[in-house]
Amino acid sequence: MQPSNYISSPRTLTHLSLEKISKVYPGRQEWFDHLSRRSSSDFVAIADINLDIAFNTFVSIIGPSGCGKSTLLNLIAGLSQPTSGSILLNGEPVRGPGPDRGIVFQSYALMPWMTVTENIRFAVETVYPKLSLTEQKRIVHEYINLVGLRGSESKHPHELSGGMKQRVGIARALAINPQILLMDEPLGALDALTRGFLQDEIIRIWEQQRKTVVLITHSIEEALLLSDKIAIMTRGPAARIAEVLDVSFPRPRQRESLVQYPGYTELKAKLERHLYQETRVVEESSIRTRIHG
Amino acid sequence: MPLSKDRQALILFLILLIGILSFWELGVNLKLFSPLMPSASQTLKDFWGWISDPFFDDGPNDKGIGWHVLVSLRRVSIGFLIGSAIAIPLGILIGLSDVLSKAVDPYIQILKPVSPLAWLPIGLGLLKDSERTALFVIAIASVWPTLINTKLGVSSVDPVYRDIARSLGASKWRTIWKVILPAAAPNIVAGLRISIGIAWLVIVAAEILVGGTGIGYFIWNEWNNLKITSIITAIVVVGLVGLLLDRMFGLLQTWVSFGQKT
Repeated sequence: MQPSNYISSPRTLTHLSLEKISKVYPGRQEWFDHLSRRSSSDFVAIADINLDIAFNTFVSIIGPSGCGKSTLLNLIAGLSQPTSGSILLNGEPVRGPGPDRGIVFQSYALMPWMTVTENIRFAVETVYPKLSLTEQKRIVHEYINLVGLRGSESKHPHELSGGMKQRVGIARALAINPQILLMDEPLGALDALTRGFLQDEIIRIWEQQRKTVVLITHSIEEALLLSDKIAIMTRGPAARIAEVLDVSFPRPRQRESLVQYPGYTELKAKLERHLYQETRVVEESSIRTRIHG
Repeated sequence: MPLSKDRQALILFLILLIGILSFWELGVNLKLFSPLMPSASQTLKDFWGWISDPFFDDGPNDKGIGWHVLVSLRRVSIGFLIGSAIAIPLGILIGLSDVLSKAVDPYIQILKPVSPLAWLPIGLGLLKDSERTALFVIAIASVWPTLINTKLGVSSVDPVYRDIARSLGASKWRTIWKVILPAAAPNIVAGLRISIGIAWLVIVAAEILVGGTGIGYFIWNEWNNLKITSIITAIVVVGLVGLLLDRMFGLLQTWVSFGQKT
């Protein structure tokens, strides 16, 4: 097995902690911007977000589209820096991107010139350059099996369906044995059937490793099926987390029987109410600006 | 039964060919053109004479057309390699840096539209050698399209690939070598394809000016002999070789694309 990244006796149960995170995209405010009438004001994408994520928990962040969910995930990934506040991983501040966080992108982000094997190998080789070749190959093989891609090892991404591409994406993210898996609407580009199928696969894979997961999604059913906790974001600009809901249905879960658990309908109704309300405001305001603008 | 479009095009192609050749033959027989103009039949006969025995060697001023083509190809290859060896690394460098790109852009924009032949006297002056001057001119001709396309390819690499590399903690070198270069490869090869085309265009003129050997020299030499049929032969041969070079790079382009849009 690969060296375990789990901390044997964590001082705290918090794995990932977001403390008063804000992200402001500065506008064009210099004198020549005013002169050329291209000035714009600062854009506050997210404001004052607090969230604690415990070890081995599956957390979904859900919110109306354009609310800054992906911005938040990029901050956790370290691909961009928060304007204020801090992100702590095992109590240590996150300063940049790193292989302790595996990322799954909505656009799959597979290198088109690499085969399935090479895509995963690239990640393993980059993170563990000192690992022997046979060991690297073993890991790649293991994760290809885990996500059910045996037989497609030497295919290039353009020969794969969307669902298969995202399996490669998931395998690549997991193969580096990250502490946390970050998923940015991983199934957003898939059709409904493939989506359902891959959700079941994510459940199966998660049951094997039970890593800490942060999933960005806009699907209520997906969040309810997969998560231990659901953080609801308000609409942007200056999006915040309105509420964190516990989803305590027993695991392993089955999509068919999920509806029967007590509390499912109430939880779903609550999420829907919130999201529809936020979405309605967003849509109405965008219609209004289009009329007056 | 209606013919397929390919079949229709082929028939039209043959009709055009026969039309051109008959007009040519008839025009010469009726003395419609300059007395220099050879007849189509004579040209075809001489063409076949050159093509059927491309590699004879009867002394320095009487060599088969194949030798001349090979000499020109050798010059184009070397000059093209030198030009590409400058253009690709430089293109990567300016593609990676917005500041550098903006700083260097005016130089590229001013030098790009200049005919590479304008550099020929400078080459002669600096290198004092006709062979090396030819290589110098070809190298300059090959630089611009490759440079511009490499820069474009590198700067337009999907940022998500760079995010992947960054999140894995890949070194700068590894990112360039394993991610940015392959991602930019279709654009780079597109640049190389344009470059080799221009290099092949320029070699004829360069050899006419520099002299000695090569297909350009052959054309000039045959003009001095007033052998118009040889010149027409050379034009067709230059065209065919150019087509072949273009197709080779076309294949390379497909090979590096892997379903990416080019």
